[in-house]
Amino acid sequence: MKDSDFPAAKKIIFRGDLLAVAALGRFVLKTGERIFSTLGAMTLLLGQVSCVTAKGLFLPQQSLGREALIFQMVRVGIRAVPIVILVQMAIGMILPLQMFPKLDEFGQGNEIATINAIAGFRELAPLMTAIVLCGFAGASIAAELGTMVTAEEIEALRASALNPVNFLVVPRLLATVVMMVILTVIADVVLVISGMLTGMKLGVDPHTFYQLTIEAVNVTGFATGIIKAGVFGLLIGLIACFLGLSVKPWEGSEGVGRSTTNTVVYCIIAIIITDAIFTMIFYAHGLFD
Amino acid sequence: MSTELGKEPIIEICQMTKSFGSQRVLDGIDLKVYPGEIMVIMGGSGCGKSTLLRHLIGSLTPDEGSIKLFGREITTMSEKELDDVRKQFGVLFQSGALFNSLNIGENVALLLKEHTDIDESTIEIVVKIKLELVGLRKHADKMPAQVSGGMKKRAGLARAIALDPKILFYDEPSAGLDPVTSAQIDQLIIDLTKKLHVTSVVVTHEMDSAFTIADRMCILDKGRILKTGTRSEFETLRDSWPEDLQSEQDRLIRQFLRGDADGPITERAITSDYEDDLLMISVKSEK
Repeated sequence: MKDSDFPAAKKIIFRGDLLAVAALGRFVLKTGERIFSTLGAMTLLLGQVSCVTAKGLFLPQQSLGREALIFQMVRVGIRAVPIVILVQMAIGMILPLQMFPKLDEFGQGNEIATINAIAGFRELAPLMTAIVLCGFAGASIAAELGTMVTAEEIEALRASALNPVNFLVVPRLLATVVMMVILTVIADVVLVISGMLTGMKLGVDPHTFYQLTIEAVNVTGFATGIIKAGVFGLLIGLIACFLGLSVKPWEGSEGVGRSTTNTVVYCIIAIIITDAIFTMIFYAHGLFD
Repeated sequence: MSTELGKEPIIEICQMTKSFGSQRVLDGIDLKVYPGEIMVIMGGSGCGKSTLLRHLIGSLTPDEGSIKLFGREITTMSEKELDDVRKQFGVLFQSGALFNSLNIGENVALLLKEHTDIDESTIEIVVKIKLELVGLRKHADKMPAQVSGGMKKRAGLARAIALDPKILFYDEPSAGLDPVTSAQIDQLIIDLTKKLHVTSVVVTHEMDSAFTIADRMCILDKGRILKTGTRSEFETLRDSWPEDLQSEQDRLIRQFLRGDADGPITERAITSDYEDDLLMISVKSEK
């Protein structure tokens, strides 16, 4: 190899480096752009929905479509009730069984009620219900709207001067929020009953269990759970409607499949992250003392 | 009814272009449609005719140029103004695009409920009338999933005329239907245009149907309008000998109108680099 070859070789390596950096830069920029534009578009959708809802609540001439809302609530929520009950019964069994032996060592076996109540009302009831609803409501809404896009139904709505946001998104989103709250209340009740039954098997007096639960769950504890539930419902409805409507007409069944899968994945991610943020905020404000 | 000069066009497209990415789908479209006529837009698959229709109904906005409906420019309108215009036209989509969660009667009633103050019982009567026009009065209670493709299209047509529109747009009205049903739909288009005094714009590639219904026709190729004329002009072109036609363009139109397998369109599609393509494979495998 001659010396004169070196600069050229160096140049190539240098260029390769540059290319890699450039590619990485492009990737970061593109991903960033996509995330921000998606979040922006979703915020816009939320704004539109809030506008329509506010108008529907305060202006008499604009109806919210009560029939559609009730239909969606039944579809989204009622069918999920048995699954939510099943899941919360299991959780109400798991928590006491996991904690009891350790607590019993210190003679604090009764405290499983406190743990069941705190973990349940603040965290597990809204969180697990939300995850059930991701599958139940999120996937089905995204698939339905996606299919409507591919079947030209959304375009037909637009061409008929009907706004898909008023007509499809608002009832679905409101239904998800309302049903999420109702289902979480059901989940709370089931959790306590299931915990109590498990406690009885472990030798905890049901009355004591009940007393400890009442002491552990104050109004703030219950309220934080419910607020979370509402926000989770909003996230599920918003993500599902957004991804469903962003299927392109020519993408066909593949697009619908992708949007359905993405809805479940993004919903779960969004819910967990939001939960973490909420918990931090509540903790910082001393709501857990 | 042929071109009525002196009348103001109800639809006027001027120098309209649209690109998707780097691909120019519509390239300098000029078209006028006059009140009361049936204008048929023809063209092969992928020539941009459905895209053109989507611009006319306000689903897409052009990159350049103007589109006027009822003398009003729609390309710069807000969604709200556009909705006012949309209430004055009806669209029959390729698949019918019925709302699947509603039955056929409800599909027709929906627009009346949302856009008018008519009371329930009157709406019911109007729905019956509209369904009778398309021959579906007895099927109002059926869900879209339960009926055939032809019935879906007829139901879609009933929905499109629910608000007594002044313009009707049809996207491939006879695509995917058997010959009899297809002929029935053609007859419906003619009848409705006469009975309701509407202007119709039909996008199709079915020549039989096009020559049955059209007052005037235009042919679209690679995003450009090759020719606009009356039906008889196109009939003359179709029935002439290729030797008599002066321009390549006329021969191309003739092939399309006749549906011949051989002709300029076919020649255009055959590329000359076939041998090179094969050679490249052997060069690659040697490496």
